[in-house]
Amino acid sequence: MTKSLELREVCVHLGGNPIVNAVSFGLHQGAIGCLLGASGCGKTTLLRAVAGFEPLTGGEISLRGAVVSDPRGMLAIEKRRVGMVFQDHSLFPHLTVSQNIGFGLEGWAKSASVKRIEEIASLLEIDDYLFEYPHRMSGGQQQRVAIARAMAPRPDVLLLDEPFSSLDVELREQLAREIRTVLKTEGITAVLVSHNQFEAFAMADEVGVLKEGRLLQWDSPFNLYHTPASLEVADFVGEGVLIKGVVRNDHVVETELGQIDTREIEDFRLPGTERISLLLRPDDVFHDDESLVKAKIVDKAFRGAVFLYTLELESGTRILSLAPSHHDHGIGEPMGIRLDIEHLVAFPSN
Amino acid sequence: MRISNPSGESAKIIGKSHRALSSKASLWSVCVWLLCLVIALPIIVIFASIFFPSEDVWQHLIDTVLGIYISNSLLLMTGVSIGVLSVGILPAWLVTFYRFPGRSILEWALLMPLAIPAYIIAYTYTGLLDVAGPLQSLLRESFDIRYGDYWFPEVRSLLGAIVMLSLVFYPYVYLLARAAFLEQSASALEAARSLGCSPFKAFTQVGLPLARPAIVVGLSIALMETLADYGTVQYFGIPTFTTGIYRTFNGLGSSVGATQLAALLMVFVLSLLLLEGYSRRKSAVFEAVYRRPASRERLRGGRLVLCYFVCVAPVVFGFVIPFGQLAAWALLTFENIFNASFFQLSLNSLILAFLTAFFALMLALFVTYAKRLFGGFLNETAIKILSLGYAIPGVVIGLGVLIPFAWLDNEISTFTLKNFNFNMGLILSGSIFILIFAYLVRFLPIAINSVDSGLAKIKPSMDEAGRSMGRTPLTMLRRIHIPILRGSLLTAVLLVFVDVLKELPATLLLRPFNFNTLAVRTYELANEERLAEAAVPALTIVLVSIIPVILLSKSMAKSNYRNDEIIRA
Repeated sequence: MTKSLELREVCVHLGGNPIVNAVSFGLHQGAIGCLLGASGCGKTTLLRAVAGFEPLTGGEISLRGAVVSDPRGMLAIEKRRVGMVFQDHSLFPHLTVSQNIGFGLEGWAKSASVKRIEEIASLLEIDDYLFEYPHRMSGGQQQRVAIARAMAPRPDVLLLDEPFSSLDVELREQLAREIRTVLKTEGITAVLVSHNQFEAFAMADEVGVLKEGRLLQWDSPFNLYHTPASLEVADFVGEGVLIKGVVRNDHVVETELGQIDTREIEDFRLPGTERISLLLRPDDVFHDDESLVKAKIVDKAFRGAVFLYTLELESGTRILSLAPSHHDHGIGEPMGIRLDIEHLVAFPSN
Repeated sequence: MRISNPSGESAKIIGKSHRALSSKASLWSVCVWLLCLVIALPIIVIFASIFFPSEDVWQHLIDTVLGIYISNSLLLMTGVSIGVLSVGILPAWLVTFYRFPGRSILEWALLMPLAIPAYIIAYTYTGLLDVAGPLQSLLRESFDIRYGDYWFPEVRSLLGAIVMLSLVFYPYVYLLARAAFLEQSASALEAARSLGCSPFKAFTQVGLPLARPAIVVGLSIALMETLADYGTVQYFGIPTFTTGIYRTFNGLGSSVGATQLAALLMVFVLSLLLLEGYSRRKSAVFEAVYRRPASRERLRGGRLVLCYFVCVAPVVFGFVIPFGQLAAWALLTFENIFNASFFQLSLNSLILAFLTAFFALMLALFVTYAKRLFGGFLNETAIKILSLGYAIPGVVIGLGVLIPFAWLDNEISTFTLKNFNFNMGLILSGSIFILIFAYLVRFLPIAINSVDSGLAKIKPSMDEAGRSMGRTPLTMLRRIHIPILRGSLLTAVLLVFVDVLKELPATLLLRPFNFNTLAVRTYELANEERLAEAAVPALTIVLVSIIPVILLSKSMAKSNYRNDEIIRA
């Protein structure tokens, strides 16, 4: 099946500096992808290259199987059928919400255009504001208008540049989930750019982690979290610590927290060295008063239903543990812990 | 549809659109540069004359008038510098850092003299202070003395010209000094005060040095206007470059001599331009990173009286008195003046001003939008060249326009006479076409400046949003930029409109035979010593010229409002 969007070895230079380096990924019709990375990693530049604002210095970008950008040229953005949602909304201040949404519908029959505006506005729950001007609306509502405006002409691909960064933290994830539902309803392929992993996980089917212009991993949020392909990805996605381990035989790894039988863990692969590092997530370490393994509590953070404890082992290694918040222990106290690992990643250690 | 592989049909599409884009960019660039060449033509003509020196002309100029032109221009510049600095800086300081009743009114009232063209204030004060004027008559009656028995300052002198020009040009210094003071971080001044400086010492040791580059920018603009002035020095009989150029060309009929003088004047102008550019760069360095405007201190007692004197006197002498005198004369004479011929010349002025403003707006939109679409060094350089005109005196532009157009007319006539046995006459240089062209050279920078700063406020993502929805750049200009820019476009039109209305020297030089404007008629009546009658056209010009001052004071109020908001936050 032809992919809706396909990038092959895409390179972009800005002012002579390499910003995006040999990035490849693809999205099927209706899939939502997210480019995740710290600021300056090249994710926005990559998105702008897909939109047709930045020329490529290498590789190619195809939309619905047709090449639209390569180092020799690019199809003008107005001919690409991509929608773009900007970080700062960029609504036209002199047009009403309805006129803003209808801006891309020129050439449509009047009745079809009115119907489409009403349809998309009701999907995004802004149908009460159709005749207001953007400046009278809250930031969240403005962002809904911006998304409605970009989606109205039914683009092949919708591109969203940090669409929620100007909103309150509580609003972000809620709106991200809502937008995901709307995109799924309309069956629009979308690429989101974000530096916030929770936003990415709430919205995307597939997430790519970018660092210094390189794509480190392109995978589902679940796999990114549980089976990161490299230390860098593990470090960027989610919380966790690395503990040292020594491989005793083909299935036993010895750690400070006891022996781990890797046969019990699905899809586990040893990296092939004797000394390894294991990525331990807070949800792998359980509180167990009966356990013989004890660790000292050095810090704790209340998170409502759970505490996130920072624990120190005898060797000085620190690990994280999530415990139900009714297990309230004080800082400095010892706490019994037990490993219960479903997913584990090992990296070679030096 | 193919999957990828950059060859075949879709690759062709790319190649075509890519070429289309770059060829469009180069087409726009070529147009911008053509415009640039046309607009810069008068400057090129003047400078080219340096390379065709005629020794007799130079020798003659040096022997006769050159020395006096240079010394008068230098004296005038020195005098006006002292004048505008001493009148302009202190009020700016006072209205920025002190509180007193009427402060907010004075803040904009201090700009009012900008509405009075220099030649009009010169006519007015001459009428007021001359031998036959009301002041000297009153003096003679009250003391029962006759002319010659008492000493009275002569208005029509170099000193008089310095005072007149200072009175109407000080607002440039005031405006830039005020902006610089507002931008200064309050903490720098408060630190100076806490270290034991008196308010006056804080002003001289901290405030003034920080604002110096901005003040020099204001001073160089005032001096460019001084060099460009024709009406005042002509009326006062002071031989300077502008009167010299006009006399050499019109009176002696020597275009070579006139262009040589103009080229020399341009050397003065260019050095002022360099000074201005250098100071602008420097004042950008001094801009405070952290800005919190100072809280305004209340003034009382003797200081308050002194403050009122410093702030009110420039407004009274620069606007209230001349305006009142013009109004009084206009009341006396309007019956004789308000007739068909007055309406004809108002209409002439209106048509010229409107046409120029319209073309200036179109061209300004074109070049600034080209810069926005394609950016690049070439387009930016073109805009810099197009912006030179504002510094160049009207006489010089008039001359620089007339020479090539007269030549072109001559060629056209010869051609049509030879081939069609028909004389075209002076189709270019004898029509208002040449006038509008000269105005465009001088005032296009004003339009470009306001449109460009308006466009800069529209975020680039706005353009990208429109284009991602399938809109072409021209549709975006029509549907998004122009509606959002309405305010800036109106400002551009108004500013050019008013400047054309006020313009005197280029109009005098280039107007078609028997074609009069308000400014030219004012000049003619004044030179026939019919000052009271000159008041009606003069007052019309002044009243219209108040519009841009109102615009300016509005934008000043806005910047104040922003600062007040910062204080509240």
